[in-house]
Amino acid sequence: MKAGDSGPDVRAGDELPKLTIPITRTLIVAGALASRDYQDVHHDAELARQKGAPDIFMNILTTNGLVGRYITDHFGPTAVLRKVAIRLGAPNYPGDTMVLSGTVTAVDGTTARIRVTGANGLGNHVTGTVTVHLGAAR
Amino acid sequence: MSGIPYERLKAFEGRTAAATGAGKDPVNEAMIRHWCEAMGDAHPAYRGPDAIAPPTMLQAWTMGGLSGHTGRFAAHDELFALLDGAGYTSVVATDCEQEYLRPLRPGDRIVYDSVIESVSECKTTKLGTGHFVTTRMEVRVDGDPEPVGTHRFRILKYAPVRTEAPVPGDAPAAPPERQERQEPAPRRPRPVINRDNAGFWEGVAEHRLLIQRCGGCAALRFPWLPGCRACGSAKWDTVEASGAATVFSYVVMHHPPFPAFAPPYAVALLELAEGVRMVSNVVGVPYDEVRIGMPVRLEFLRVDEEWELPVFHAGPASNGRQAGNGLTGSGG
Repeated sequence: MKAGDSGPDVRAGDELPKLTIPITRTLIVAGALASRDYQDVHHDAELARQKGAPDIFMNILTTNGLVGRYITDHFGPTAVLRKVAIRLGAPNYPGDTMVLSGTVTAVDGTTARIRVTGANGLGNHVTGTVTVHLGAAR
Repeated sequence: MSGIPYERLKAFEGRTAAATGAGKDPVNEAMIRHWCEAMGDAHPAYRGPDAIAPPTMLQAWTMGGLSGHTGRFAAHDELFALLDGAGYTSVVATDCEQEYLRPLRPGDRIVYDSVIESVSECKTTKLGTGHFVTTRMEVRVDGDPEPVGTHRFRILKYAPVRTEAPVPGDAPAAPPERQERQEPAPRRPRPVINRDNAGFWEGVAEHRLLIQRCGGCAALRFPWLPGCRACGSAKWDTVEASGAATVFSYVVMHHPPFPAFAPPYAVALLELAEGVRMVSNVVGVPYDEVRIGMPVRLEFLRVDEEWELPVFHAGPASNGRQAGNGLTGSGG
């Protein structure tokens, strides 16, 4: 399937280049504060440990933002996010690395659906589906 | 920690969690810039005079921040107090589903309505035992009845268990599990074969799915057992399954990962046309498109050099085996 006569050539089955994101303490804290999420488990390691986690971990809003960025980085300036649906699994702890990968599962006109996975050293941190409008003809 | 009667939790479903809550700040360039810096997002649409907010910021505009929420309805606070009081004091977000209907721009004032969509029964997870709470929020710009987006959010309110979970930063170079990945691919667990079930595995080796039939009362049974649960007879013969089945129920396995199994994947309880049920994988369809009632058909999947297993391929295709279709079908 072609996305449109003058649109980008995107087909079901296309694999997106992987994006590697180092999970730094700074990224976790900056993401939590930029999303106005002051839950202590996202910035205070001692309190995170008291709640059963080995360290602070990334909040879901940051994961959501990174998944969105992964898609628009790939599809370019005209790409507009329509839906982002994610599920979290293994937490993103400091010192780990998350590798985002994506596969186009459907293209309908100028809208594409992409299955996204973000894997860290413990397993899949995030799995989800993004629907993106690929933008007007350029 | 004490259990809460589920009816008490269930009663919160459908109740308003927030009515016309207002974002603490209007959509603004500074928060957009801070977000983009944190995410490393250089998308040009989020900068300049005609900037829109990154759509994934939708929830950020509704957050209470350090000073907390105002405008939440009693139902939300009551539910959380009930869960806190029962020992489910920790919270972790598990799912977020957002739909963006139109862009937000600096100056837009956010208002939102939120409803408690569901509260799960008590679930035990790796983190601890607790209840999943799902809320659905509709976000609007003040003065405009049309929503700009919707936001479904699921959290687990749980009583933490103390675990010695690995901390990746403590590992010398790479987390242990990553190092293991360099080694030969782990194999599926081996079946335990004994005289009570050997006939089943012999059938699998011949690409036949065999169901036991009681020699006394003719009742079909699966999995294989030495005697009949209906009449007690130890006599039996077999019936070969036609291969037609439907999904009776299923779960999607996300975490934790087990060697030789790459999550997420669907584990289904299949009802065979003959009436017995068995647990297997559904293949040929993305894990999140498996549905109860979906027709499937038997095929045999080679999982390593030694083993083939009966699995079920989505769709009532007449040819049971479709070469080249594996676990990672790229559905449409």
